[in-house]
Amino acid sequence: MLELIKQPWPWYVAGPLIGLTVPILLILGNKPFGISSSLKHICASCLPVRPSYFQYNWKEEIWNLFFVFGIFLGGLISVTLLNNPNPIDLNPALVTELAKYNITDFSSIIPTQIFNWHSLLSLKGFILIVVGGFLVGFGTRYAEGCTSGHTIMGLSNLQWPSLVASICFMVGGIIMANFILPFIISL
Amino acid sequence: MSKNRELTWIGNLKYVIVGIFFGIVFVKAEIISWYRIQEMFRFQAFHMYGVIGSAVLVGIISVWLIKRLNIKTIGGEPISIAPKSFNKGQVYGGLCFGFGWALTGACPGPLYALIGTGASVILITLISAVLGTMAYGVLRDKLPH
Repeated sequence: MLELIKQPWPWYVAGPLIGLTVPILLILGNKPFGISSSLKHICASCLPVRPSYFQYNWKEEIWNLFFVFGIFLGGLISVTLLNNPNPIDLNPALVTELAKYNITDFSSIIPTQIFNWHSLLSLKGFILIVVGGFLVGFGTRYAEGCTSGHTIMGLSNLQWPSLVASICFMVGGIIMANFILPFIISL
Repeated sequence: MSKNRELTWIGNLKYVIVGIFFGIVFVKAEIISWYRIQEMFRFQAFHMYGVIGSAVLVGIISVWLIKRLNIKTIGGEPISIAPKSFNKGQVYGGLCFGFGWALTGACPGPLYALIGTGASVILITLISAVLGTMAYGVLRDKLPH
């Protein structure tokens, strides 16, 4: 059984489990599923001088920070107790393409040849790690939600603005991954 | 007062537990993987579409059942979900987030899970995301909505 859990989980197991987070949070405390708001609460709780956007009682939303702390612990538990020792199984077309950019190590869940402390000092690493992160934080707040708040929670509640946002997430990602990222990773 | 505060801490522990469950799913289904996100945006694998599609389907059925059966929270509170209102931010912001998602290979949830798996440099991505959020808060009035 444990051996089975250690294998990568198929989509038809993981997807429904993620979907169940929506009713679980609603039933536990009428909380809407959403993760990017945690970034806003971090700003509201840490900034000494708060722009008006961050002037609200973040303590009322503290459940969200407990939730993301749990996600962090979940990552820790997975890697210590449920770790899959095999390299990630990818589409051969992606493997061939990434080899052109000297990404050849598939032993980790992310390309550690780019995502490491040393590469922060390179232009490529800086764009992927720092600029990418900035766009995630800026974009999710501008769009008022991320994959969880819009794509999962918003669509579950049949909200059309969430459909617009989700389509834009995908369009942005498709443009970046296919047309811009190849130039960045060959830097 | 101090007792009340303690209760809130204990009350919030249930969200830590849901988070742990969720984080494990993230890692085990490889949703936190930069490679899986690249496959999705290049239409090279069905995996992420299957994950998101089935999650939305379960979510839609759950929310429908909660409304239909008038299900309350465990504390007896009625469940209400705030509607989302449209503004242009969902387009401009959505595109920005899409760019960031393809670069980092992570949306906000996976950032926390990745740090948990020991990918310590992702802490910089998270800090950068907090700075991006801060930048939005400062520039908000000047941005088209």
